[in-house]
Amino acid sequence: MELKDIIKPENLVYDKSQVQTDTIMHYCPGCSHGVVHKVIAELIGELGIQERTVGIAPVGCAVFAYNYIDVDWQEAAHGRAPAVATGVARLNPDKFVFTYQGDGDLASIGSGEIMHACNRGENILVVFINNGIYGMTGGQMAPTTLDGMVTSTTPFGRNADLNGYPMKITELIAQLPGTSYVTRQAVHNAASVRKCKRAIKKGIQNVLAKKGTSFIEVVSTCNSGWKMTPVAANKWMEDNMFPFYPLGDLKDGVKGEPVSKN
Amino acid sequence: MGELRLMKGNEVLAEAAIRCGCDGYFGYPITPQSEVMETLMARQPWNETGMTVLQAESEVASINMVYGAAGSGKKVMTSSSSPGISLMAEGISYIAGAELPCLIINVQRGGPGLGTIQPSQADYFQSVKGGGHGDYKMIVLAPASVQEMNDFVDLGFELAFKYRNPAMILTDGAIGQMMERVELADFKPRWTDEEVKTKSGAWATVGKTTDRERNVVTSLEMDSAKMEANNLRFQQKYKQMEEEDCRYEEIRCDDAEYILVAFGTSSRVCQKSVEIARAKGLKVGLLRPITLFPFPKKAINRLAEKAKGFLSVEMSAGQMIEDIKLAVYEAGKNTRVEHFGRMGGIIPAPGEVVEALEEKFSWEISYGVKRYY
Ligand SMILES: Cc1ncc(C[n+]2csc(CCOP(=O)(O)OP(=O)(O)O)c2C)c(N)n1
Repeated sequence: MELKDIIKPENLVYDKSQVQTDTIMHYCPGCSHGVVHKVIAELIGELGIQERTVGIAPVGCAVFAYNYIDVDWQEAAHGRAPAVATGVARLNPDKFVFTYQGDGDLASIGSGEIMHACNRGENILVVFINNGIYGMTGGQMAPTTLDGMVTSTTPFGRNADLNGYPMKITELIAQLPGTSYVTRQAVHNAASVRKCKRAIKKGIQNVLAKKGTSFIEVVSTCNSGWKMTPVAANKWMEDNMFPFYPLGDLKDGVKGEPVSKN
Repeated sequence: MGELRLMKGNEVLAEAAIRCGCDGYFGYPITPQSEVMETLMARQPWNETGMTVLQAESEVASINMVYGAAGSGKKVMTSSSSPGISLMAEGISYIAGAELPCLIINVQRGGPGLGTIQPSQADYFQSVKGGGHGDYKMIVLAPASVQEMNDFVDLGFELAFKYRNPAMILTDGAIGQMMERVELADFKPRWTDEEVKTKSGAWATVGKTTDRERNVVTSLEMDSAKMEANNLRFQQKYKQMEEEDCRYEEIRCDDAEYILVAFGTSSRVCQKSVEIARAKGLKVGLLRPITLFPFPKKAINRLAEKAKGFLSVEMSAGQMIEDIKLAVYEAGKNTRVEHFGRMGGIIPAPGEVVEALEEKFSWEISYGVKRYY
C-alpha cells in the first residue's frame, strides 16, 4: 500500500484544529510550546469561542504564538502580558482573554505584573510555560532554573549563594485570593497532554464563568537550551524538574476564598 | 453655553474624560496629578457611562493596560507625572510601534530623579523627541489654562484616533493644581461595541470572525526590509501631522521685534511680560506653541523675517530652544535665538523675563539693528 492510499479522508482519525493556522511552526523539534499551542487551539475550537478570544503573546520563544492560533492577538512587552490582558478584559468583559508566557517573561521581568493581576483576580487565563531557562535569547538562567543547572549565564551550574534560589512561582500564585484554579501540568507524553488539556479546559471554563484568574503552569523542556535530544530532555525533566516542581492541582476553589487545604 | 464651573486643572481632566466618552482610565498615584484618579473614583463613572477606572500596581502596568485596552479599539487614557512617565516609556514605544490611539497626560514636576513636586517643563525632550526607544513621535498638546485642560482631552482622543498614534497632554503641576473657571463640554456617549467595530474593527482585537484574517496588534517585524517600510510609514504619518495639525497662538506678534516663545505655564507668565515690555516701549510679542509636536516651525520662519530675536522662555535648562533654532536654521535664516529658564519647580516672574530679554538683546536694543549669530 502506498502513502496516498493511506492518507484518505475515510482513514482520518485525528486532525489539525480549525483554530490552528497552516503556518509552519518555528519551534525546535521536541519543544513543548507547539504541543501547548495545539491544545489551546483545539479547546478554543471545541468550546466554540474563537470569535470571543483575545490572546496576549509574550516575549520569548512564543513571541510568534499569533502566527499559529487563529484568533485576535496582542503582542506584549517582555513580562507585561498580564497588564495588557487586564486592559483588554476589563473593557471587554464578554471576551475570553488569555496570556501565554514563559518563565523569563512571567517569573522574572514580569513578576510584578503577574502577582498583581492574579491578586486582583482578573478574569483571565494564564498559561505559564516553565522550561527553566531563557530559550529565545540562547539559554540564560531563569528564576526557575534548578539548583546546579548549567546555563549560559551559570556555566558552572546555578549556585544559590551567587545566583539566588530557584523560584516556585506557582506556589506563590496559589496563595493569592484572586485565583480560582492553579495547577501544574506537563505535556511530555500522551497521558500528560490529555491531563493538561483537561486542566486548560477547566481554566477556560472558569474564565467564561467569571471566576477570576486561572493559572496553569506547564513544566516543559527546552532541548536546545538544555543541549539534549528531545528524548533525553524529557527524561531529564522527569528526573530533575518534577521532584522540584511536582505536578498536580495547587488550588481549585473560587475567587476570594482562602487557599484550599488540598 | 456649556456648564460653567470653578475647578482644578486635574479635576477637569477627569471630568472631561467622562464627558468625552472615554472607555477606560488606568493610572498610579503621583503628585501633582493624583486628583485625576481621585476625581474619577469619586465620580464613579462606571455607574453613569460605564467607564472603567482602575488603580494599577505601577506606571509600567498602567501603560500596558492602556496598550491592551487601546488594542481592543477603545478610547483609553492614563495620567502621571515625570518619574512615572519615565517608567511608561517602554509602553509608549510599544503603543507607537503598534500604532494604537490613546491619551497620556504628564503633569510635570521638577527633576531629574525624584526631584520636586513643584511645576516644571523639563520633560519637553522626553515628550517631543521620543522618550522611549525607536523612531517614533507622539502628538503633544500643551494647555495653558484649565479650560484648555478640558478641551484637549477630547482633542487629544480625536487626533490619536485620526493618526492611530499616542497623544500626550503635556502640562505641569501649576496648571494641574490651579483653579479657574471652566466651561465643560456636553456629554458624548461612549461608542457601542458596534461602533467600535466600525471605527477600529479593521485592526483591533474585537474578536476574529470566520470571514476575516486574525487581527494582530504588534510592533514586532523580524524582516528588516518590512520593518524599514513600517518606519517610513510612521515618518510619513508624522509629516502629515506637521502639515495638518500644528497649532499655536500669536499674541501681539504683528509688529513685534522680539518674540517670546513659551508654552503652558511659562506662556501665561510671558503674556504679562509682553505688557511690561510694551509699557517700556519694547515691541515684544508672544508665540505660544499649542502642539509641541508638531512644532510650529512655519510660524517661527515667518516671524524670523522681521524679528530681531527670539527668547525661548522655559521652566527648564533650555530644551524647546533647540527646536526654535532648528526651525530658524532650516528656513535659511539666522535670527538670534536665546533662552531664559528657571528650574527645580520655580516659575519665572514676568519682570524677570523682561530683564532677561533686555540683557540678552542689549546690543539690538541699543543699536536698533538685527545682529546675527
Ligand atoms: C525589556 C526586554 N529585556 C530583555 C529582552 C530579551 N529577551 C527576549 S526573550 C527573553 C527570555 C525569554 O525567556 P522565557 O520567557 O523563559 O521564554 P522561552 O524563550 O524560554 O520560551 C529575553 C530576556 C526583551 N525582549 N525585552
